[in-house]
Amino acid sequence: MSVDKALSGTGSWLDDRLGAAKGVRTLFRKIFPDHWTFLLGEIALYCFIILILSGTFLALFFKPSMTDVIYHGSYLKLDGVHMSEAYASTLNISFDVRGGLLMRQIHHWAADLFVAAILAHMLRIFFTGAYRKPRELNWLIGLVLFTLSLLEGLFGYSLPDDLLSGAGLRITQGVLQSIPIVGTYLSFFLFGGQYPGTDIIPRMYILHVLLIPGLFMALIGAHLFIMFHQKHTQMPGKGRTNDNVVGAPTYPFFMAKTGAFFFFTFAIVALAATFAQVNPIWLYGPYNPLAISAGSQPDFYMGFLEGSLRMMPAWQWVVFNHTFAFNVFIPALLPLGLVMTLLGVWPFLEQWITGDKREHHLNDRPRNAPTRTGLGIAGISFYGVLWLEGSNDVLADHFNVPLYTITEIARVAVFVVPVLAYIITKRICLGLQRMDLHLLEHGVETGIIRQLPSGGFVEETRPLDEEMRAKIARPEPLALPPGEIAVDADVPSPGMRGNLGRAKARMNKIVNESVPMNGHGANGHGPDGHGPNGHGASADEGHAIVAASSEESTEADDQS
Amino acid sequence: MSDSTAGHGPGDQEPEAGQILPTETGDELPARPHRVIGTPPPAESRMLLAETAPGSSAGLPVERPRELPADPEDLDDAKRAERIVATCFIIAMLAGFGFIASYFIFPVHSVVRVEHSNLALGATMGLTFLFLGVGATIWVRRLMPHVEMTEMRHPQRSEPEAREAFAETFKEGADASQFVKRPILRRTLIAATLPVAVAPIVLLRDLGPLPGTSLDHTVWRKGLRLLNYGANTPIRPGDFSSPGGMITVVPDGYQDDFNQLAKAACIIIKFAPDQVVYTDKPYPVSGYTVRNWTVDNIVCYSKICTHVGCPAALYEETTHHILCPCHQSTFDATEGAKVIFGPATRPLPQLPMTVDAEGYLVARSDFTEPVGPSFWERGNSI
Repeated sequence: MSVDKALSGTGSWLDDRLGAAKGVRTLFRKIFPDHWTFLLGEIALYCFIILILSGTFLALFFKPSMTDVIYHGSYLKLDGVHMSEAYASTLNISFDVRGGLLMRQIHHWAADLFVAAILAHMLRIFFTGAYRKPRELNWLIGLVLFTLSLLEGLFGYSLPDDLLSGAGLRITQGVLQSIPIVGTYLSFFLFGGQYPGTDIIPRMYILHVLLIPGLFMALIGAHLFIMFHQKHTQMPGKGRTNDNVVGAPTYPFFMAKTGAFFFFTFAIVALAATFAQVNPIWLYGPYNPLAISAGSQPDFYMGFLEGSLRMMPAWQWVVFNHTFAFNVFIPALLPLGLVMTLLGVWPFLEQWITGDKREHHLNDRPRNAPTRTGLGIAGISFYGVLWLEGSNDVLADHFNVPLYTITEIARVAVFVVPVLAYIITKRICLGLQRMDLHLLEHGVETGIIRQLPSGGFVEETRPLDEEMRAKIARPEPLALPPGEIAVDADVPSPGMRGNLGRAKARMNKIVNESVPMNGHGANGHGPDGHGPNGHGASADEGHAIVAASSEESTEADDQS
Repeated sequence: MSDSTAGHGPGDQEPEAGQILPTETGDELPARPHRVIGTPPPAESRMLLAETAPGSSAGLPVERPRELPADPEDLDDAKRAERIVATCFIIAMLAGFGFIASYFIFPVHSVVRVEHSNLALGATMGLTFLFLGVGATIWVRRLMPHVEMTEMRHPQRSEPEAREAFAETFKEGADASQFVKRPILRRTLIAATLPVAVAPIVLLRDLGPLPGTSLDHTVWRKGLRLLNYGANTPIRPGDFSSPGGMITVVPDGYQDDFNQLAKAACIIIKFAPDQVVYTDKPYPVSGYTVRNWTVDNIVCYSKICTHVGCPAALYEETTHHILCPCHQSTFDATEGAKVIFGPATRPLPQLPMTVDAEGYLVARSDFTEPVGPSFWERGNSI
């Protein structure tokens, strides 16, 4: 026990009372696998810590009140102007509290980075299939966290009661009011009466600083505990299997690495807050329901909702003297609702389609799950079209394109681009699979040309080393539990009968489409089922799983 | 990678779930590693160090073999790295002191001074964290040994015995609680919790008044003057020398009342004779009638967009288009502000106007329809 006497003294004192030696030793030796994409969630976590710290500082000075005051502070351009106390106290934080502006900008940049990191983290989880059993619960918690982060951001940037965020709040109110049956009541209850009222800032404040952060802490705690308990997934590589975790122990390696990463995150946010101005509310002026500035843009994570509202055609029904404002509530609720529902359902749908109820701890490379990757890129492009349309006025101004043309293109693109993105992505994935297969079978081109005795020239190739081979070789699909997928084409398994069963079989074929990895697939041809040969589609159901046997008869069970 | 040559450890047994093992890098199936210790074979010098280093087993029996090497592979490189890391930490420390000094050196209370203060505080804070991060990273990468270990997973699912034991315990508890046996207790308990569950929702009732018909009206009424917003002066038709831009107007007496202005704000536009189009009959599809409520070719519309309520604040004089900058709903000012593009479904409502005895523009009545965004109870009230 060469450790410092004081340290060991403290250790025994604690262990005498907590009996923690055994448990903490296990924690110290817990293995964390390495991959740069595993840091994305950490960025979000550290942003959350930065947000709590900087937010607490801001709350010491901010006055969440809509009481009308006349400003006489340091920002002389607004001297003598009527404004809410919330706006005045934000000016005060910016100009009269030392470090106040820095903290405001840190808080705002950290919030932007927080949402961006959550988005990137979610995409990593999706594209590598890390949401699969046993991690579905954590995936769902993550979706809730993402939704909360949007709400928390919206409330947060509305608090200063400036002209820009006020426009956002007005839009929020208009959307709320448009919801059939309950909308008017929701709006009156949230705003304490008609818009704007005098209650909304204090109400958003308490939601922003207490309720939602409380939910965040509880859910982040659960998220981390489950991740810790289930152990982290790992990318394929030498010695890495579905039954182990390969990496460095927590103490001291992971602790030091993640500590360094916290410093980096804080440094990036602090430097952004120093050199990149964000949300200069003194330039926007106090909120006034009669005024607005052209080119108003929300924070980036709200852009897709803005675009969705801009894109929607003017549809409205009046039925039995009641208004269905489709032009407002559909674009406001449908895209987010649709995307979140699909994301929430997908892990279970995928399990149902593939019949794969096993645990997965080894991540997929995105190319090795072409359908999933295609769907993911389709989702991103859907979001991207909405997001771009959200700044159509800025695009029109910068690129000198007529404003309405952009909207009309977006109305078509929002349906067409995701489909194209799906098809193209899937093709690219299959192409990359063929490239991997080529590398596995023929090795790396060395650039060394050798002359054959016959006079011909050949290029020498070098076989892949073991590490590389382990990384790119797609593991042979494991045998599925019996009864899930019909292997015998004549007698479909119970799960494959009926219309639902046939639909499942068809989706199974699509979801499992991949280039066969073994010698059979050496000539690089993909699964034949892809493409318009309609009646073949239901025929070789199940064979895509056992990729090697995809050459079997495809006509057999048309009558089944 | 040479770590597959490490010697065999004392326990050649099968790995247990959760047990930590050095990475298996041989050709055998990785699921069956044989060695319990391993990791790269220590170089001679480190061998000596590792064996003579006192107390290396940190509170465990002395004979316990070391799992982590104590030193990095390249000690010369580590020496260089040590100096770099220490330099980083010194820079971080200086920047940290710089932050504290900046707090006192740079005053605030004006835009320029705040700019300097922000620059000084932010740069020193950023540098502090940046160099702490850089230092820590170099420390991990070059001063700590490169270690790769393998930990076995176990299925999440509990062993069948454990599940059975749990089920039994659960059932025993349920039996002992009498919850299952005595339905009258169960049902009355559930019944008792129902009001408790509803009460919080009831408690929220006083968050706001009921809408009633409040959205149908504004403060405009017969004879109320239109004030030029900002200057807050009444307007005579003769004040317009020629057709032109858009002016924001507000009801007299409410110019500072945002809660009323959020509905009552209007715009007036002066046109040349015959520019404004009227219809006496409703349009076939929209059912909308363009009324002649103008005075001397001046027309007054609600400024609140019928889409989601932003101020429709942009006016293009040459095309007579009113554009809402939020979602680009575009209205034709010459034809009853009908929608010509964008997501809004209804024209901006027109305020009936006339002039009073002194010749000032006044409202003839309130709007004849609700202004602003659609809502469920709005219905047919066009």
